[in-house]
Amino acid sequence: MHSISFSTAIIAGPNHHMSDFSPPSLQFCGLRRATLRFSRASRSETRRGSLSSKLHFKKLSASLSHNGSTAKAFDYDLVIIGAGVGGHGAALHAVEKGLKTAIIEGDVIGGTCVNRGCVPSKALLAVSGRMRELQNEHHLKALGLQVSAAGYDRQGVADHANNLALKIRNNLTNSMKAIGVDILTGVGTILGPQKVKYGKVGASDNVITAKNIIIATGSVPFVPKGIEVDGKTVITSDHALKLEVVPDWVAIVGSGYIGLEFSDVYTALGSEVTFIEALDQLMPGFDPEISKLAQRVLINPRKIDYHTGVFATKITPAKNGKPVTIELIDAKTKEPKDTLEVDAALIATGRAPFTEGLGLENINVATERGFIPVDEHMRVINAEGNLVPHFYCIGDANGKMMLAHAASAQGISVVEQVSGKDHVLNHLSIPAACFTHPEISMVGLTEPQAKEKAEKQGFEISIAKTSFRANTKALAENEGEGLAKLIYRPDNGEILGVHIFGMHAADLIHEASNAIALGTRVQDMKYAVHAHPTLSEVLDELFKSAKHKT
Amino acid sequence: MSSLLQSRAPTLSFSPSPANPLRRPSAAFPFRPRRTTTKIQSKIREIFMPALSSTMTEGKIVSWIKSEGDVLSKGESVVVVESDKADMDVETFYDGILAAIVVAEGESAPVGAPIGLLAESEAEISVAKAKAASSGPSAPSPPPPPPAAAAPPPPPTPVAAAPVPSDGPKKIVTTPFAKKLAKQHKVDINTLVGTGPFGRITPADVEAAAGIKPKNPVPVVAPVSAAEAPKAAAASKAATFAEIPGATTVPFTTMQSAVSKNMLESLSVPTFRVGYPVSTDALDALYVKVKKKGVTMTALLAKAAAMALAQHRVVNSSCKDGKSFTYNGSVNIAVAVAINGGLITPLDLYLLSEKWKELVEKARSKQLQPHEYNSGTFTLSNLGMFGVDRFDAILPPGQGAIMAVGASKPTVVADADGFFSVKSKMLVNVTADHRVIYGADLAAFLQTFSKIIENPDSLTM
Repeated sequence: MHSISFSTAIIAGPNHHMSDFSPPSLQFCGLRRATLRFSRASRSETRRGSLSSKLHFKKLSASLSHNGSTAKAFDYDLVIIGAGVGGHGAALHAVEKGLKTAIIEGDVIGGTCVNRGCVPSKALLAVSGRMRELQNEHHLKALGLQVSAAGYDRQGVADHANNLALKIRNNLTNSMKAIGVDILTGVGTILGPQKVKYGKVGASDNVITAKNIIIATGSVPFVPKGIEVDGKTVITSDHALKLEVVPDWVAIVGSGYIGLEFSDVYTALGSEVTFIEALDQLMPGFDPEISKLAQRVLINPRKIDYHTGVFATKITPAKNGKPVTIELIDAKTKEPKDTLEVDAALIATGRAPFTEGLGLENINVATERGFIPVDEHMRVINAEGNLVPHFYCIGDANGKMMLAHAASAQGISVVEQVSGKDHVLNHLSIPAACFTHPEISMVGLTEPQAKEKAEKQGFEISIAKTSFRANTKALAENEGEGLAKLIYRPDNGEILGVHIFGMHAADLIHEASNAIALGTRVQDMKYAVHAHPTLSEVLDELFKSAKHKT
Repeated sequence: MSSLLQSRAPTLSFSPSPANPLRRPSAAFPFRPRRTTTKIQSKIREIFMPALSSTMTEGKIVSWIKSEGDVLSKGESVVVVESDKADMDVETFYDGILAAIVVAEGESAPVGAPIGLLAESEAEISVAKAKAASSGPSAPSPPPPPPAAAAPPPPPTPVAAAPVPSDGPKKIVTTPFAKKLAKQHKVDINTLVGTGPFGRITPADVEAAAGIKPKNPVPVVAPVSAAEAPKAAAASKAATFAEIPGATTVPFTTMQSAVSKNMLESLSVPTFRVGYPVSTDALDALYVKVKKKGVTMTALLAKAAAMALAQHRVVNSSCKDGKSFTYNGSVNIAVAVAINGGLITPLDLYLLSEKWKELVEKARSKQLQPHEYNSGTFTLSNLGMFGVDRFDAILPPGQGAIMAVGASKPTVVADADGFFSVKSKMLVNVTADHRVIYGADLAAFLQTFSKIIENPDSLTM
C-alpha cells in the first residue's frame, strides 16, 4: 500500500504533491528513503519539502533497469575507453550501481585477454597438457595405462583456440548489451575534461560528454628495437596464439610467464626451445625457490636449453632459404656472444601500454614510458603532479599490475569511488598464475621481497613449506612433484605471501589470496576444514605447520 | 647465497689460518696436498657411489633427488643410482648442504668414487665447489674402468660422419635436445655432420652416432583431413622409419654389462656338466593338483632341488677363494628371471610361490633390494616353457652349481623286459665347479633329485 502512494508521488512529479500526504505516510517515506540509500538524502532532514527534491529519477531508474538521464548535462555518468577485461568489469559494476555507462572500443570486444591472450593461450595449454600426459609412457605405465602413439592436428588445435576466443567475445558483448551498456564503436580520444570523441577511421567523429572517464586501453606486446617481426618466423604472442605453424626449433626471447607458457605448448607439440633471457636467472619474476624447482621440472628434462645474461640485439626473419638469425650480446659487457640459427623466434619480452593517440595532452597528462601515472585510487595524475578530477585509468595502461583480473578489480574499485564510496584495492591480495604443467601460482610477496620489508619495518618473517608428495590426491594422480610455500609473520600471524608449484596450483591459490584480502591470520586458517582427499590439503598442511607465537 | 661465496676466491679456506679464511685472497696455492688435512677442518664430506651388490663395480646416476644448494638431513634420499640389478635410493649419512654434484645425471662412476660433496655449512660450499671442479674431469670417468659399459664414447665407428666436418669457418649448430643427448651419450658434437635443416645437428644425428635406434618420432601431424601438407621434417623422419633397420650397434645397459662380466669371469672356473633324464609323470600329476593353489612348476623343481641339496651338502658349496670349500649354512635356490634387456639370477626362493611371484615382478621392474638378489647358493634355470629340451647353463660366479631344466616330453622307453612304453621325460643338466664338486657328487645328487621328482608326494610336505 505504501509503495503505491510512494510511486504515485513520483509519477506525479516532484515537490507539489508531497504536501498532500498525511504524517504516517511521511514517516513511511522516511523509512523508504533510508532503504533506498540515497547518498544525499540520508543527510537531509525529515522535512516534506526536502524529501521530494531528494527523489532522484536517476536512483529510481536504476531499479527500473533503464539508463535514465543525469541531473547535469552529461551524456553519460561514465564512459570507458577500451572494452577489454578491465573495461568490461568496470561497465558491469557501473550499471549495477545505477550509472549510465558507455564503452568505446576501436578493435574487438574483449581486447587482449579474450582475443590474443588469456583465452586462446589457455586453450592451447589445455591441449599441450593433455598431449604431454598422453606421451608420458612412463607416467601412464605407473598407473597401469597404455596409450598408443598420440598425435595432433595443428589446424584442429588452432581452431579450438580461435573458436573459444570467438565464443567468449560474444558472451562479453552480449553481457554488456543485455544490461544496457552503450557500446560505441570507434577509436576513442580525450578532447578535454569530461569530453570524449570517438569514431571509426575515415568516418566522422562523435563527441560525447561524460561525468567520469576511465581509460582502459590495455597493452600490446613489446618488441625491443633491433628485432624485426614478420609475423611468420619472428612472432609475438599475438601471432603465436593463432598457431599457424609449429616450428621445429623456436627461440623464445624472455623467460617470464608468457615465454614459459609458450615453451610448455611448443615442447608438448614436438618443438625444441631455446630461451634467451637478459637477466642472470631464468623466470626472474618468481620466488627464487619456486623458480629453481620449476626449472628442474619444466626446463631441464624437456627439450629446452637456454642462454642467460644476454640480449638479442638483432633478429632477422627467415628468408631466401636462410633460417632466423639471432645475434646475442652479453647483457653487461655488451660484447657479441653468439649467433643462433633457428626456425622461429617468439618475442615474449613483456608488454607495452597502448596509450598513443589518446589525446592525453588535452588534459595535460604525460605518460611515463607509455604508462599513465595514477595514484592508489586509480585517479590519473597530470604533468604537474595534480589529480585530474573525474579521470581514471585501469589495467595494463597504468602498469600497476598487468593482469586481467587486476584490471577488472581496479575497474570495480573506480566504480565504487564514482558511486561515492571510498575504495582502495589491495594489490597484495591479487593472485597470479602461470599455466604450465604443473602450474605455478602466487599471491603477495616473494621471499626476498618479504625479507626486505621485514628489515625495513623491523619484524620477523617465517617460512613454512609442504610438499605435494605428502598429499594423497597428488599421489593418486602420480603427480607428487610440487611445493607450497607460506611466508608469514610469526608475531601476529599476518600472511605475507604464498607460492605454489604443482598440479592445479592456479586454483589452489585462492584460499590464500582470500585470506590476505580479508586479513585472515594463519592461526585462524588452521581451523578451516578441507575436504579429503583433495589437493587443497596441501594448503591445509601448510597453514597448520605455520608456527605462530601467541 | 652460494653465488656470492663463489665470486670470492674459493681457495681461501685451504690456507690453514683459522681467522676469516674467506677474506684473504690467495690464489697462489690453489690445490696443495695439504688439502687432505683441511678437509677435516672445512668438513666437506664426500657422497660416494655405493656398492649395491657384490658384483657391482660401477653405477649410473639415474637422477639427483636433491640439487646443489639443498639442505640435507641424515637419512634423506639424495640420489637414485642404477646398479647392475636395480635402481636404488641412496641416502646421506650426514646433515649438511649438497654443495656440489660431481657426477651428473646419466653419468657413471666407479663404486667408491665421489659423486657429490656435502658441506656442513654454507661457508664451505665454495670450497666444495672448488674441490669438485678440480676432481671433476677425473670423476665422471667416461672411458677407463667399466669394460663393456658405455660403449658409445668413440663416436667414429658406425654410420654417419664418415666425412670429417670439413670447412673450418662453418658454424656448428646443434638443437637443444641434440645437445642433451650428446652429453648423455658422450658423443662429441664436433665430429658430427648435421642432417637437419640448414645443416644443423639433430637429435637423430646424435642418436645415430651413439648407435641408438631412434624411438618413435614425435607426435607430428597425420590429421584426418588431407588438406595439411605434413612438414618436411615429419616426412624425413617417417622415411627413416620405413626402412628395415640395418646393422646398428647398441651399447650395453648396466645390467647387460654385468651379465657379460659375470659370464667372462666364469671362464676362469673349471666346470663340467652332467646330464640326467628324469621321469616327470608323477610330478605332472602333482602339478595339476597344486596349480590352483598358485604353486608353479619352477617352485616344485626348486623345492625338489633344495631337498636333494640338503642330502648332498657338497653340491651346495662353492669355492670362494680358490683353495677351500665354503659350505653354505642354508640352501638358497636362486631362479633365473628373464627381464627385458638382461638377466638377473639371484632371487631368493623359500618355497612360497606368492613371494616368488612378487620377487619376479620386482626383478622385472628393477626394484629388488640387494639382499634379495645376492644370496643364492644354487641356481635353477628353466627353459622348458619355451620348448627347449636340453641346454647347459653357465655357472654364476660365487656358486658351486647351476641346474638347467628342459621341457618334459613324451619319450618312448624300453623297460627291462623289452616292452615299449611312453613316459614323460625331462632332461636335467647340471654345471658345477670341479674345484669343489666332483663327478660322483654330482651324479649322486642327480640320482636323489630324480628320485624325489619321481616320488613327488614329499614335495608337498
